[in-house]
Amino acid sequence: MKQLFVLLIGSFFGVVLVKSEVVSWYRIQKMFLFEEAHMYLIIASAIAVGAGSLYLIRRFHLKTVFHEDVAVKAKPFHKGIIIGGIIFGIGWAITGACPGPIYAQIGSGEYIALITFAGAMVGMYLYAFLQPKLPH
Amino acid sequence: MEWVLQPWPWYIAGPLIGLMVPALLLLSGKTFGVSTSFQHLGAMCSPNSRLPYLKNYDWRSNQWRIVFVAGIVLGAFVGAQYLSIEPLSFLPADYYSLGGMIRLAIGGLLVGFGVRYAGGCTSGHTIMGLSNLQWSSLVASISFFIGGLLITHVLQF
Repeated sequence: MKQLFVLLIGSFFGVVLVKSEVVSWYRIQKMFLFEEAHMYLIIASAIAVGAGSLYLIRRFHLKTVFHEDVAVKAKPFHKGIIIGGIIFGIGWAITGACPGPIYAQIGSGEYIALITFAGAMVGMYLYAFLQPKLPH
Repeated sequence: MEWVLQPWPWYIAGPLIGLMVPALLLLSGKTFGVSTSFQHLGAMCSPNSRLPYLKNYDWRSNQWRIVFVAGIVLGAFVGAQYLSIEPLSFLPADYYSLGGMIRLAIGGLLVGFGVRYAGGCTSGHTIMGLSNLQWSSLVASISFFIGGLLITHVLQF
């Protein structure tokens, strides 16, 4: 049941990513060139709704539909957040895709994004190899 | 219903993306994020790896991550095939060339390495982390933009 909900939520996310053109290389370019506000407004309103929802969940001690407590893990700071973050930002501008949109580009029929995906997997393996040596 | 077939404006799309946070939390007890799916696939495909990053990841109890990204692929297919009028193009035509493919491969590598080093992407850090008022996610999001602005304005790769 839980997995069905996850599949439906993921599918809904996929539809929104395509219909809002968040997965478009052109939109990402226009964002980094400050040519249009579309992406900034989407990100800002998404955070506002996400933060408001989390506040309400905590304020009213809401539980999951399976009567479990809602737990959100903290994301502790480490140096990789800055170094890795900048590296990701460069890749984002080149490919026009962050991880969600990589999957969405493939689903939407931009099959060349499979190369982006393959590159991302290589990058993940590279990180797995280098992790013990990298500053954190 | 005609508007559904047009590109959706930010004030529809943004809040809907924000709703991913409570939807996943309340309907499945999961926190929103996409980039861990790379680590998940790596751990799943390399079960004998001795690398701690893959060995210590318990993919069997996190199968929802695969289900979630499979949903994204499926939803994107539906959005492009049935909820759009014209055929969509999200990537410049010149990416369909050898040089373009090399660019995508390099860019993809930077995305995969970067998000895993940073411990999250635009979903996990910028939307989920900032919704949860994590200052590390604010640093992450600023770093994402520094990288993007650097390549767009300074290096012009």
